[in-house]
Amino acid sequence: MSANLSPIFAALADPTRRRIFERLSKRPLTVVKLAAGLPVSRPAVSQHLKVLSDSGLVSAEQCGRCRVYRIEPKAIRAARDYLDRMWDDALVAFKNLVEQESEHERQRTRP
Amino acid sequence: MSVSEPVRKQIVVAASRQRAFEVFTDRIDAWWPRSHHIGKSPLARAVLEARVGGRWFSLCEDGSECDIGKVLEWEPPRRVLLAWQVNADWQYDPGFVTEVEVRFVELGPRETRVELEHRNLDRYGVRESEVRNSIGSPGGWPGILQCYADLVAAAEAP
Repeated sequence: MSANLSPIFAALADPTRRRIFERLSKRPLTVVKLAAGLPVSRPAVSQHLKVLSDSGLVSAEQCGRCRVYRIEPKAIRAARDYLDRMWDDALVAFKNLVEQESEHERQRTRP
Repeated sequence: MSVSEPVRKQIVVAASRQRAFEVFTDRIDAWWPRSHHIGKSPLARAVLEARVGGRWFSLCEDGSECDIGKVLEWEPPRRVLLAWQVNADWQYDPGFVTEVEVRFVELGPRETRVELEHRNLDRYGVRESEVRNSIGSPGGWPGILQCYADLVAAAEAP
């Protein structure tokens, strides 16, 4: 479940991208809001966001007419998806066994 | 929904609460799916020791043991709280703890609802937060480079 981290570090090698990532780690933001606090143009911010998205550090979601950018907790998502499936499988197997054994018990103790 | 929300499941079983609890814990080996196993060798037996502090582990066919976690709270037949200590690299890690709470709710003499919650999943994101923290810390960028160097070294180790 481990991710390849090289593109992540390449993406963060740029100081502006580090600032963008740092700000997104506090809260999700639109390009407009991100650009407002940075000494670079809006197209430049978009370009940096593309590099961050390609590396898997950041994801974007369409929210009305704007795109909202947030940091992407990949490892959490991978783990959660796996555990979600695992507990589905486990509980179904558990139910099958407990009901089968309960039925045997009931038949055995029936007067 | 946030990705670090707990995994929540529930299932109703046609059995008494006492029996549901016993089968879930003492007989975990009889139902635990063999496809979900962390060891290199196939799973021979799944074990959950019935007490606070008891180990939760797998015995593998080659005789090795793989820890999964431990029992944190033991309240038969109502509730059990387990520690799932398998990290994002699919390894047991004693310093890594996520909680699995299992509640057994009596619906009738032969009907029980089993409610399961696997929480603290945000802890799987510790790598991301390490990256984040080292950016903000006085060590800053050197901290990240060290982290990167460690990872490269780990990846190249045989």
